[in-house]
Amino acid sequence: MRNENQNRLTWFAIPYVGWLALFVVAPIIMVVIYAFSTEGGGFTLSSFARMGIYTVVFARSFKLALIATAICVLIGYPVSYFMAKEGPQFQKAAMLLIMLPMWMNFLLRTYAWMSILDNNGLLNQIFAATGIIGLENTLNGWLNGLCLHLNALFGLALNTARATGMTSFRMLYSQGAVVLGMVYNYLPFMILPIYSVLLKLDNSLLEAARDLGASSVGVFRKVILPLSLPGVLSGITMVFVPSVSTFAISKMLGGGTQMMLGDLIEMQFLGGAYNPHLGSAISLVMMVVVVACMWVMNRFGEGEEQAVVL
Amino acid sequence: MSRSPTWFSRLLMMLVFVFLYAPIFVLIVFSFNAANSNAVWKGFSLQWYVELFRDRIIMQSLSTTLLVSLLATVFATVAGTFAAIGLYNMRRRWREPLITVNNIPMMNADIVTGVSLCLFFVAVFGGWNAFVTWMEETYRLTAPRLYLGFGTLLIAHICFNIPYVILSIMPKLRQMDKNLIDAAQDLGCTWMQAFWKVVIPEIKPGIVSGMLIAFTMSVDDFVISYFTAGSATSTLAMTIYGMTKKRISPKINAISTLMFGTVLILLLIVNLREARQEKNAKARAAGR
Repeated sequence: MRNENQNRLTWFAIPYVGWLALFVVAPIIMVVIYAFSTEGGGFTLSSFARMGIYTVVFARSFKLALIATAICVLIGYPVSYFMAKEGPQFQKAAMLLIMLPMWMNFLLRTYAWMSILDNNGLLNQIFAATGIIGLENTLNGWLNGLCLHLNALFGLALNTARATGMTSFRMLYSQGAVVLGMVYNYLPFMILPIYSVLLKLDNSLLEAARDLGASSVGVFRKVILPLSLPGVLSGITMVFVPSVSTFAISKMLGGGTQMMLGDLIEMQFLGGAYNPHLGSAISLVMMVVVVACMWVMNRFGEGEEQAVVL
Repeated sequence: MSRSPTWFSRLLMMLVFVFLYAPIFVLIVFSFNAANSNAVWKGFSLQWYVELFRDRIIMQSLSTTLLVSLLATVFATVAGTFAAIGLYNMRRRWREPLITVNNIPMMNADIVTGVSLCLFFVAVFGGWNAFVTWMEETYRLTAPRLYLGFGTLLIAHICFNIPYVILSIMPKLRQMDKNLIDAAQDLGCTWMQAFWKVVIPEIKPGIVSGMLIAFTMSVDDFVISYFTAGSATSTLAMTIYGMTKKRISPKINAISTLMFGTVLILLLIVNLREARQEKNAKARAAGR
C-alpha cells in the first residue's frame, strides 16, 4: 500500500531525474546525433562506412581483449575456487591482498610493467645475467646452421635469419605486453565475482550430489560449474569491457604500434585526427557491445549487483 | 564449500600473489634508487622524493585531485542519498527505467562516458559562447564565456559518483522497516523529524560506504577526467599519464610508493577497527 509519506519521499528524486536527463541522457543523445550527422548537420551513415578503414583496429581490439579475458578466466576461476575452500581467516587476508593493488591507480601499475619489460628493464637484465639471452643467441645460430644445411640438401626455404646478436629481448611495445597489462590490471575483476558466487554455494547441494553417486569431477561439472556461471559471466563482462575500450594500457605497453579502439576514439576527440563524428560512431559501437554484454549477463541470472559493487 | 587446501592450490595462489605484487615491489624498491633507472641499483637515496615534492606541476595536480574528489564526494553523497530515498519510494513503473538510466555511467565503458560528456560540454558551451558574442555585438551586454575546466571536471566526477552512492544505499533502504516513519509520526515526530531522526540514521552505514566508494572512484579516475578537464586543468592521474610518455621517471616510483603506503595504512586501520568491533560484539554477546 502506498501512503502519503511515500508520495512525499518520491519528490526527493526529482532533482536527480533532472540531473540524469541533463548529464547522462543528453550526452548520449549527443553521441548518437554526432554519429549520424555530417559537419553541416545533415544525416549520414558515412561515419560508419569510414570505420571500414579501421577493421584492423577493431579486429586487434577484440582479439587482444578476448585473449586477456580468456587468460583471466583460466587463472581467476581456479584461484577463486581454491580460495573459497580455504579457512575464513585465510580468505579474508587473500581478499585484501587481491583488492589492494586495485586501489593504486592503473596507470602506476601499468608503468611498473613498462619499466620491467623495457629493453634495459629488470627482466632483460635478469635474462642477460643468467645467460638466457646468450643461450637463445647460440640456439638461434645453431638452428640457422641446421636450416642452411637442410635448405642446401632438399632445396627448402627455411628461415636462416634468426637473430644471433641479441643483447635484449624485445618485450615492450608488443601485443603480448598489452595483453599482459590487461590481465594484470583486470584479473581482480574476474576473481571477485566468481569468488563471491562460489562462496554462497550451498554445501548441502554438493553433499547431495555426492550422496547420489556423483564423482568429484561430476560434482564439479554438473553442480559447481553451472551454479557459478553467473559469477563467471559478470567477471567476463567486467574484464572484457574495460579491456576492449582501453587506451592508456595499449599506448603505454603497446607503444604507437598496437592501436586499439580506445586509442582510435581518443584520437578523434583530443588527438591529431580531430573528427568527433567518427569518434561518436565508434563510441556508439562500443555502447552496443556493452549493452550486448549486459543482455547476456541478465539472461543468465542474478548476482550482478554485488559484482558491480566489488 | 568443503575445506581441503592442497599444496597445488596454495602454490597457484602464491604465484598469483607474486604476479600481482612483484611489479609493485620493484617500483617501490627502485623509488629509493640513486640512479635514474628501474633496473640497475646504484645505492640508496631519497632524491626522487625530494624532487617529487619540489615539482610544482605534480603538487598542483595533487591538490586539484584532492579538491575535485572531496567536492564531488560531498555533492554526490548528498544528492545520491536524496535520490536513493526518492527512487526507492517511487512507483515501480517509474523506478525501474530510472534505475536503468542511473546505471548507465557504471555499466558503460569509461571512455564512452568521458567522450559523451566532452561532446555535450563542447556543444553547449559552443552555443553559449556564440550567444555571448551575439549579445556583445548587438546589445553590448556581456557574460562570462565557458570552457572546459575545473567545473566540467567536477560535474563529470559527480556524474559517475552518484550511481555508486545510490547503489550502496538501496540495500539499506530495502532492509528498513517501511512502517518506521509512520511509527515515528504516531509517537509525535513531525514528518521532517521522522526523516532526519529515523530514516537517515537507519541508512547511515550505506551512506558512509557510498561516500568512501565515491571518494576512491574520484581519486582513481583517469579516463573520464582526461576527456572533461580541458587543457588547463590536470588531475594527478593525468599528470602521471603525461609523465609516462618518457620511459623511466623515478618520480613516478616515488608517487607509487607514497600512494601504496597510504592505501595500505588506510586498509589496515579499517580492518583493525572492524576486527575490534567484531571482537567487542562477540564479547557483548557472550556476556549476555
